[in-house]
Amino acid sequence: MAESAIPIVEIKSVSKIFQLQDQKIHALSDANLSIHKGEFICLIGASGCGKSTLLRIIAGFEQPSAGEALMWGRPIVGPDPTRGMVFQDYALFPWLNVRANIGFGPAARGLGGAEVRDIVDKFIELVGLGKFANAYPHQLSGGMKQRVAIARVLANDAELVLMDEPFGALDAMTRERLQDELLEIWQRTKLTVVFVTHSVEEAIFLANRVVVMTPGPGRIESDNALDLPRPRDVASPEFNAIRRVLAAKLHSHHAKKAA
Amino acid sequence: MAIVETGPMPAAAEEAAARKPARSTWTRLKPTVLALIVPLLLLAFWQVATTQQWTRLIPTPYAVAECMVDFAVGGIFDDAYSGTLLSHLLASMSRVYGGFALAAMFALPIGLMIGRMPWARMLLDPFLQVMRPIPVTAWLPLSMILFGLGAKSAFALVCLGAFYPILLNTVFGVRAVDPKLFEAAAMLGCRGNAQFYKVVLPAAVPSIFTGLRLGLGLAWFVIVVGEMTGVPQGLGAVIMDGRTLSRTELVICGMIVIGLAGYLSDRVVVATGNRLLRWSPNHHG
Ligand SMILES: Nc1ncnc2c1ncn2[C@@H]1O[C@H](COP(=O)(O)OP(=O)(O)OP(=O)(O)O)[C@@H](O)[C@H]1O
Ligand SMILES: [Mg+2]
Repeated sequence: MAESAIPIVEIKSVSKIFQLQDQKIHALSDANLSIHKGEFICLIGASGCGKSTLLRIIAGFEQPSAGEALMWGRPIVGPDPTRGMVFQDYALFPWLNVRANIGFGPAARGLGGAEVRDIVDKFIELVGLGKFANAYPHQLSGGMKQRVAIARVLANDAELVLMDEPFGALDAMTRERLQDELLEIWQRTKLTVVFVTHSVEEAIFLANRVVVMTPGPGRIESDNALDLPRPRDVASPEFNAIRRVLAAKLHSHHAKKAA
Repeated sequence: MAIVETGPMPAAAEEAAARKPARSTWTRLKPTVLALIVPLLLLAFWQVATTQQWTRLIPTPYAVAECMVDFAVGGIFDDAYSGTLLSHLLASMSRVYGGFALAAMFALPIGLMIGRMPWARMLLDPFLQVMRPIPVTAWLPLSMILFGLGAKSAFALVCLGAFYPILLNTVFGVRAVDPKLFEAAAMLGCRGNAQFYKVVLPAAVPSIFTGLRLGLGLAWFVIVVGEMTGVPQGLGAVIMDGRTLSRTELVICGMIVIGLAGYLSDRVVVATGNRLLRWSPNHHG
């Protein structure tokens, strides 16, 4: 249990300023966040409040302008297979079929052909794409593409899975199904997930911690632990009570601005 | 857990199968029939125009057909051109493919460098952009001075003609790689130079392929100019000779052979491309 005391990822007073022509954009200001092993954290907030920026700093795609981003206590200096990213627009390699997309990471790590094959088989099975193993990305539906993207980071032994509105482009039914599947994978594999979403409902359905962010400049407004039992019922009074509280926090900055 | 999605493809296939018996012959023949309409109309017009003597300068289709048979297998006129089609065609093909291969050998690596290395772009791009608008015909005199009258000059001009489309499309393909794919590769553990082979090259293949196809097309396009430099063999030489000898039917035969050879060569390239680029949704020529 000592392990869970040290956070996987620690964000310490992180600010991020983008230079856009002659403008300075404060995408993040003084963000603090600790992510512990096994957590499912959802980041919600209005558009432009820095959710993607925070996620990309954790992934190592961006460096903080001030403050520190640490993984297991060491500074995050660049992207790494231990932190897998699932992009909203999939970012699959269009020239590789489903098998090869999932096998990309293991092959890049230098594993042998047979080993890669075994890993790929396992994860194709896990996301239920056996029939489409040899299909190319353009032949798949959005939901299937996102399954491949998830399998791709899991196949690479990612400890931490970062998801930036992964189901944003999907229809409601596919979205619900993928949410269920993701939760099942998370419970089974003891992953740690950081999940960005616009939807309060999605956040409450998935997370055991909901981090609310507000824009102008991007700040972490509140950090809410959820202990609703799973599977969660979106129609239950408890669920709706939390939804009201979070929605109020989400819109609190409007009230402040008006005042 | 293993939920299987059914895409729209099976449904579409079923529908097509249901319609098949009534439509199949027509659907199969339709492209060929449509493709032949314009050439046949042109042929008919040509026939009428020459038999009605609207012009006396153009030979009749029959005269051209006769010349073509003689050019191909001989036995009709028994002159210097009888039965020589194959040797001229081979001479031209060797220059077209040779020049094309040489162009590709230079254009591909230079294109990859310009696309990936900022210093290479700054070094070479302005120069190449100035050279590019100069048409191959304008190079003719200089090429004759540099390479003399003959095959080398033809080779050089074909090479020059094929160079730019290959170069420009390679540069474009390499530069147009979706930046997300680099991030995806990096977070999967593929960094640095490995990204060049695993991301840049495969992502650029469709564009490079388009460049090669255009380049080969241009090589056929330029061959007549290339063979105007006084080579004895080649379809361009035949056309130039036909002009000096006022044998217009020979000129037309040469044109037809170039057109067909270029077309067949392009079909082969396209078929190869379709096999190689099965993954690409917008690459079916
Ligand atoms: N590369 C960049 N260059 C300049 N500005 C940027 C860059 N990336 C993000 N920004 C700015 O930083 C701010 C936060 O952007 P970010 O993408 O993190 O927001 P977000 O919360 O993910 O929004 P959304 O919900 O719309 O995805 C925005 O104002 C954006 O314009
Ligand atoms: Mg975003």
